[in-house]
Amino acid sequence: MIPQRFASKFLLMGAVFVAAATLAVVIAPRAVSNAQGSETNWQSIAEQRGLTEEDLRAAVMTYTPSGTLDPYVMFASGGHSGQMFVIGMPSMRLLRTIAVFTPEPWQGYGYGAGEEVLAGGDINGRQVRWADTHHPALSETNGDYDGQWVFINDKANGRIAVIDLRDFETKQIVNNPLFLNDHGGTFVTPNTDYIIEGGQYAQPLGTDFAPLAEYEGSYRGMITFWKFDREAGRIDMNQSFAMELPPYWQDLCDAGKLVSEGWVFCNSINTELATGGIEAGNPPFEAGVSRNTTDFLHIINLNAAIEVYKAGNTVEIEGMQVIPLATAVENDLLYYTPEPRSPHGVDIAPGGDFIVVSGKLDPHVTVYSFQKIMDTIAAGGFETDQYGVPILAYESVLEAQVEVGLGPLHTQFGPDGYAYTSLFLDSAVARWSIGAEGYRPQDGWSLISKIPVQYNVGHIATAEGDTVSPDGNFLVSLNKWSVDRFLSTGPLLPQNFQLIDIGQEGDNLQLLYDMPFTGGEPHYAQIISADKLNAWDVYPEVGWNPLTQSVDPNAVTQGSEGVTRDGSNVTVRMTAVRSHFTPERVEIQAGDHVTWTITNVERARDATHGFAIPYYGISLSIEPGESITFEFDATEPGVFSYYCLEFCSALHLEMMGYLTIQPQ
Amino acid sequence: MTSQTMRQPKTLSELDRSENTSQRLLHWIPSALLLIAAALLVVSIAFPYWGLVLEAPQYPGGLQMRVFVNYMTGDEDPALDEVREIDGLNHYIGMKSLYEAAAFERSIALPGVIGMIVALGIVAFLRRRWVWVLALPAIVFPFVFLGDLAYWMNNYGQNLDPYAPLSSAIQPFTPPILGEGVIGQFRTVAYVDAGWYLATGAAVLVAAALLIWLGSRIAASRK
Repeated sequence: MIPQRFASKFLLMGAVFVAAATLAVVIAPRAVSNAQGSETNWQSIAEQRGLTEEDLRAAVMTYTPSGTLDPYVMFASGGHSGQMFVIGMPSMRLLRTIAVFTPEPWQGYGYGAGEEVLAGGDINGRQVRWADTHHPALSETNGDYDGQWVFINDKANGRIAVIDLRDFETKQIVNNPLFLNDHGGTFVTPNTDYIIEGGQYAQPLGTDFAPLAEYEGSYRGMITFWKFDREAGRIDMNQSFAMELPPYWQDLCDAGKLVSEGWVFCNSINTELATGGIEAGNPPFEAGVSRNTTDFLHIINLNAAIEVYKAGNTVEIEGMQVIPLATAVENDLLYYTPEPRSPHGVDIAPGGDFIVVSGKLDPHVTVYSFQKIMDTIAAGGFETDQYGVPILAYESVLEAQVEVGLGPLHTQFGPDGYAYTSLFLDSAVARWSIGAEGYRPQDGWSLISKIPVQYNVGHIATAEGDTVSPDGNFLVSLNKWSVDRFLSTGPLLPQNFQLIDIGQEGDNLQLLYDMPFTGGEPHYAQIISADKLNAWDVYPEVGWNPLTQSVDPNAVTQGSEGVTRDGSNVTVRMTAVRSHFTPERVEIQAGDHVTWTITNVERARDATHGFAIPYYGISLSIEPGESITFEFDATEPGVFSYYCLEFCSALHLEMMGYLTIQPQ
Repeated sequence: MTSQTMRQPKTLSELDRSENTSQRLLHWIPSALLLIAAALLVVSIAFPYWGLVLEAPQYPGGLQMRVFVNYMTGDEDPALDEVREIDGLNHYIGMKSLYEAAAFERSIALPGVIGMIVALGIVAFLRRRWVWVLALPAIVFPFVFLGDLAYWMNNYGQNLDPYAPLSSAIQPFTPPILGEGVIGQFRTVAYVDAGWYLATGAAVLVAAALLIWLGSRIAASRK
């Protein structure tokens, strides 16, 4: 009895001690933090900064602590910077500038390397080293982004670029020989078999001259279907073709998907065939191209067009196979239906069953039914335009109209039957409901909510918002004007990328973040789930040539470096590793032609070496494993110190060498 | 009464049988231990014997080096050859390339271990007095491995190139073969790994087998 009583006493005491210790452990840190005031600290900071509860929610939605990674990545056009920008979301951190059409010294693009890619964009032998990039298109498999490639067009010069998402570098630029400019690109077919490039301002196809007086007969529009060879990672010019179109100023396009796969849809602006001439008393273009109440939505049977192209029913213009307009009409490749005038966006709903068009001067989005289009085509009996293209009656293909606001432009989609349309004149984004089965029949075809944006929104992008399975969650409003949003840096203002939370239903739309964008007018962007991207940390093997994506036979290995001479041809074989180039002396003579290969033999992530030869205009970025070969003529004698451009290591300054060029 | 309280003395044949059983057991235990030891040595080839982690701010997750019985490697990251990376860093302090270390030992390591395994097999089946000599290398092997490692660590740490970039900042030193060290901004942690434990387990088993064998022989000679 007695020992048991003692035991229970001890047990009780023990339990009390344990409880006390636990309490102490739990309470002590709180007590300490309370004493330091850190729990209320953020509240007082918020108070001092005048932040509302809404602001705090926005901060919590977007703040991405150091070391954590964004769930989404946005590929934004860089406008007339000619580049593409990669931005993490929702942090809106700029992750990468991808040099595309314009030389870029950080990436060593166009300063000794990348010349071959840039030369692909030469037009009739002329170097064109800027671009007006508009519409990035991520590669798709079964209508969904696959994270392998991204394409972008150059509106100014009618060119297309191919970017490999293993190293985020431009691999190819192709110039469209038919057209000076393009706007209906890039868009990809659901398995990236074709990259679509529609023209914009009508012109005589190719480089022919024709006076404006012959506009109707000699000026033309076009759409080009570039064949993409996934294995080679290149556009195959020899399997690509174009279709001649009336000179209606084709604008944006989109590829059909799922039920509408094999069809392509494009807007047009100038069915009036206006040729301007404000100075001669003609209506200026802005009025001339907007006189008619409707323009023509182009409905193109791509599968049938491929058959016509393969059957050889084409003419060759400047090396491009072109299906003539008459052949297109003859083979039922092209139809029209009226659309509200001055349309901008044509966007296919996730199911591929609806085509959403916005006319800038009409407050509605106009929704066409793909099924009705097919039924109307099957029924036959059409009127035609002056070029003989059949016109489907508007009423027979129309599904719905939703009044969303002023200046509707572009539409993107969510996973829940919501669609989003940018409103340029209202400076707002509208959320509306697709009232069809499979979308949001409970809300019908109706406007749900609008959120103001600052200011003058162009395109918008929702996460994977133009695929067969949109993610929703976030929307970015790509605004042309920022006016008062940022501290002034003079009269040239940045554009404003505004991040909007679209993750909640109904009228719960919240503006989360403003990101100033200084790369040029951004136009369109696409947003991909980050886990679909699988970029290399370093090049897979030492001696890698990013153009061939394989080990370069000319790559230099450690121990095989040196300078050799064959007549006046000098070959320099060099390796780079922290913190030295080998060799460190390159002694040549004026008049030599130099072929110089540098291989970065590093394997550590981020151990990039730069390489500069001042005066000779060489600036390279040699990433771990990469091998680059460049050539130049040693025209000017002198002493040129070459050095590493990246602060690669503590002894970075010492990573240099002398190129001495002895006078003849 | 007597028959109930006292046990019947065992017959001679019963005694013989129990002695035979225990003798047979004593006879085979050393063989079984030797074969298990041989198996452990076989398995140890597939595991690193020793590892080194270098930690520095610019290498999140650290640089891992693993030393197997006959080669060195980094961790599972296939893109980064971490031994090469460590080599690259070592050039700043003038340390020789790790690939040149213990070349002779590495070249004989695999035949040596296989030889030990074969030797253990021979001992297990022959168990003659002088044959036991063949088992001795397996007992000393894990300690010879560490000793050799210590020799090379010292050799590398003490023989730094005086013309290396950081030769004035880093004096010759002896890196620890076990535990923590500091060199420049790097913290190093050295440790013995699974392969070495397996080899040491094998050594203990061989030693036990030898003792049991000796014990049984002594017992037998006293009888």
